[in-house]
Amino acid sequence: MQQEPSEPPWPPFRFQDREGRRRHPRRHGHPWQDQRGWQDQPEGDAARPHGPARFLRRGHGDGNPLRRDPEDRIGGGLAAGVGIWRGFSPTTVRIAFVVAALVTQGWGIPIYFVGWLVIPARGSSTSIGAKARHDSQGVALAIALASLLAVFLLLAGVLNDGSIEVYCWPQVVSVACLTLIWRNAPDDEKAGMRRLVEPLESLGGQNRVRRGTKLRFVVSAVLLISGIGVIVSIHGGLQLLRPLGGFVLVAAAIVVLLGPWWLRIARDLLFERQARARAEERADMAARVHDSVLQTLALIQRSADDPQTVVQLARAQERELRSWLFEGRAPGDTEVASFAAGIKEIQRDVEARHGVPVEVVTVGDCPLDEHLSALLAAAREATVNAAKWSGASVISVFAEVEPDKVAVTVRDRGAGFDVDSVPADRKGVAESIRGRMLRHGGEAVVQSTVGEGTKVTLTMARGFASAGQAPADGRQR
Amino acid sequence: MSAAGAGAPRVVLVDDHGLFRSGVRSELGRQVEVVGEADDVAPAIELIGRELPDVVLLDVHLPGGGGHAVITEVKKDHPEVKFLALSASDAPEDVIAVIRAGARGYVTKTISTTDLADAIRRVADGDAVFSHRLAGFVLDAFATAPAAADVRPSFDPELDQLTSREREVLRLIAQGYTYKEVARELFISVKTVESHVSSVLRKLQLSSRHQLTRWAAERRLT
Repeated sequence: MQQEPSEPPWPPFRFQDREGRRRHPRRHGHPWQDQRGWQDQPEGDAARPHGPARFLRRGHGDGNPLRRDPEDRIGGGLAAGVGIWRGFSPTTVRIAFVVAALVTQGWGIPIYFVGWLVIPARGSSTSIGAKARHDSQGVALAIALASLLAVFLLLAGVLNDGSIEVYCWPQVVSVACLTLIWRNAPDDEKAGMRRLVEPLESLGGQNRVRRGTKLRFVVSAVLLISGIGVIVSIHGGLQLLRPLGGFVLVAAAIVVLLGPWWLRIARDLLFERQARARAEERADMAARVHDSVLQTLALIQRSADDPQTVVQLARAQERELRSWLFEGRAPGDTEVASFAAGIKEIQRDVEARHGVPVEVVTVGDCPLDEHLSALLAAAREATVNAAKWSGASVISVFAEVEPDKVAVTVRDRGAGFDVDSVPADRKGVAESIRGRMLRHGGEAVVQSTVGEGTKVTLTMARGFASAGQAPADGRQR
Repeated sequence: MSAAGAGAPRVVLVDDHGLFRSGVRSELGRQVEVVGEADDVAPAIELIGRELPDVVLLDVHLPGGGGHAVITEVKKDHPEVKFLALSASDAPEDVIAVIRAGARGYVTKTISTTDLADAIRRVADGDAVFSHRLAGFVLDAFATAPAAADVRPSFDPELDQLTSREREVLRLIAQGYTYKEVARELFISVKTVESHVSSVLRKLQLSSRHQLTRWAAERRLT
């Protein structure tokens, strides 16, 4: 591992504002507004009405000529522009536009597009329309498309009794305007339009038409046609439900057609969230590694001439890391819930206090009870004894939980001693180990040979029921 | 033993830590003949197939799929190649997976160089090498007496159970006894100890015991 210890190799994850999501300049005291100043309103936002009233009440117009506002646009930024011009919220203007479009039987839509064409965007002096005048090819195309739609509508009118053409005729103008806008709008506006029509574009892509797309297209076409059919037959039908059914079908068509695209957007959001979670996890890990491993490595380097300290540090770190990686225990978490965990705690403490490596092997595990706690206390005593007196370079602790009994063996290859020569009153072995085990119905066997080492075997039956015949010292150390 | 002589086992090192490989190579160089190194599953398989070493020293954890993937792949074409697994951080189920794939033993990276060279020679001779940790894992895996409902019909029921003698041997190994010490403790020969260990290894690898799988799954959960 070749990492800079001072900082994690990956940068912390940051959110970035997505492009085109800039706030509306009006609420931020745009310099362009400040030229006029807000004499009667110290802070632009503070004095403005909030809540629903905000959309209805008229604020101050800025007095500048009407300009489209590309910063805050859905279509051409016309509504936002009008809003700023006359001091309404853009949302209010938009709703008004939609209502107007419906009331005027569709004429509002081409009017909007004409406005888009002739009103310059803020910050630019010429309108799109001015540019479009010189685009003869575009004009030709616009006329062609518009007349195509007109012919189509004429045909439809002949075949039908013409209830919805009322809404469609104005769109002949819309189509012409849109064509001109599309050909002559500045690049950033084009990008915005492209985003709006992206799903349709993907339908038309020649080499990317997959089977799913085709199927969707067919299904939505069927739905659309039947939906329009139902709407058109309103004249024949008497029930109120039929137009509703028609709208449902049209809506279904739109969902089928554009659903996957919306789904993709939702999925992208999900991926983003997951990526963030991963990044946080990594940062957490980096912090952990830094707090523990890197610190220890630094300590080890500093005490390189003291082998025992180095070993001790390395062992302690290894254990901590292992318990974190494989047992999910946070460093410093000392609560002991099970027998095996208790044995590991003995290992941790003895290594930390006496600097002798303790190799632990545990087989099986079971919850702690009073007797097993006593067994643990005895095992701790035996391990500490070995660490203090044997002089062995390593102590082996083997603990096995069997269905009927629990056994712990503490073994060293150290100096050893003559078992018989130890005075009976020496507390260590006699009381802490043997006495404690006996009181809890267990057994302690100490074998030792001078020069070869010592082995303490502790066994205790499981489910031993006669508790409390002696003062319980299970929890003491 | 002087510079790697004619009798020294030919060894391939597979470990993703370059530092560890070079350390082992420089320390073992006098006692075994290191014929190649690899740092991941795919290059390891290719290298082993080419060199056909006596022993492959195999890290349990490899980026491209773990040590057992190497063993499984190599054993298909070259069943005679022997593997000795080693690892620094041993999740029991990973170690057992490597052994069940066919490794002849498992040691931890904290092992001394002499012991490691000894273990390699032993594996090269066809013996099994159990570290105290592996002995603990094996006892753990075979420990709990299967409940009646849990015993699956097996071709060879003996495979599913350790004998009491094998258990004793494993317990002593788990306590840090060497084979020689085990032999002395149990009043048997070292050869007998080795045969017990080999038989445990065989059971571990061949047992269809449902419980081994379940044990591993449980270990992973806790």
